[in-house]
Amino acid sequence: MAAELVIAYDRARPEERLLFEACEAARMRYRPLYVPELHVDLGARDDLPGEGAVVLLRCVSQSRSLALARCLEARGAATVNPSRVIALCGDKLATSAALVAAGVPTPRTGVAFTPEAALALCERFGYPVVFKPLVGSWGRMVALVESRAAAEALIEHKEVLGGPEHKVHYVQELVDKPGRDIRAFVVGDRVIAAIYRTSEHWITNTARGGVASGCPVTEELSRVVTAAARAVGGGVLAVDVVESPTGLQVVEVNHTMEFRNSIATTGVDIPAEVVRYAASLEAVAA
Amino acid sequence: MQTIETEYGRVRLDPASVMLGELVVSDEGVELEVVGLDPLRFEPAPEVEEDWGE
Repeated sequence: MAAELVIAYDRARPEERLLFEACEAARMRYRPLYVPELHVDLGARDDLPGEGAVVLLRCVSQSRSLALARCLEARGAATVNPSRVIALCGDKLATSAALVAAGVPTPRTGVAFTPEAALALCERFGYPVVFKPLVGSWGRMVALVESRAAAEALIEHKEVLGGPEHKVHYVQELVDKPGRDIRAFVVGDRVIAAIYRTSEHWITNTARGGVASGCPVTEELSRVVTAAARAVGGGVLAVDVVESPTGLQVVEVNHTMEFRNSIATTGVDIPAEVVRYAASLEAVAA
Repeated sequence: MQTIETEYGRVRLDPASVMLGELVVSDEGVELEVVGLDPLRFEPAPEVEEDWGE
């Protein structure tokens, strides 16, 4: 076995507890690393993870995860997920661009940089459209815009109240989905499980009240999800998929997946799969 | 389990298994984050930040 498995976190959610327990159940040596206490001297030889270590990055703050991944990779540690994957998945535009470049089916998406151009993009797509922030999770600040008047109001708010990143207007067509979407869990090159997230609200995130139920991993789902994971660099990922009238489409890819509600639903020991995957990298890193 | 007095109310937890970054809710309804173990220290848990997520 290689030096160590490190689980870096900034908030001990149920997922982090489950990962620690999975390590213990597998008799795997691991070290929790509480990130808010860290200070990193990039070139120093100290007790921070370096060559031979694998670090499972579990920070709820994506900025922290990305920064820490870059620091640890510079010291020779292997990271799950690597900084290039975090950078892609943490930015919806970067994710969309990677999916489109790889030919992965995804909802029609566009970007505009001024209020006038954003309105023109909405008209080009036709209402309703969906505005999303480039950075964000759990369905926060996602807006369904059904008319030009609503678009004008939203764009003005973003322009006046938001920072520079909110002036990059990310617009997506609204997919006609059957009151649910699919979340598929990828570990390495395998889709290990999937759930439906059903809601009467058009946002189906479980964080927003969507109800989880078992979803079969069909050949089509596996093919689309695997392609999406590969497009962003692979690793441990949660891929969100909608069932559009023309087939499955990938909406986003999450790099620090939550799974507390999906273990019983799917019958798959997701944390055990994750730590096993990390352990396999450990051998490589050694 | 032990009851611990904090400036935000009482919390009940097991000092042997508590972790840094863990969330607890005091009897006054304040969500607290464990920010120190020896000695145990709590601070009000931060609100969700824009870059938080999966």
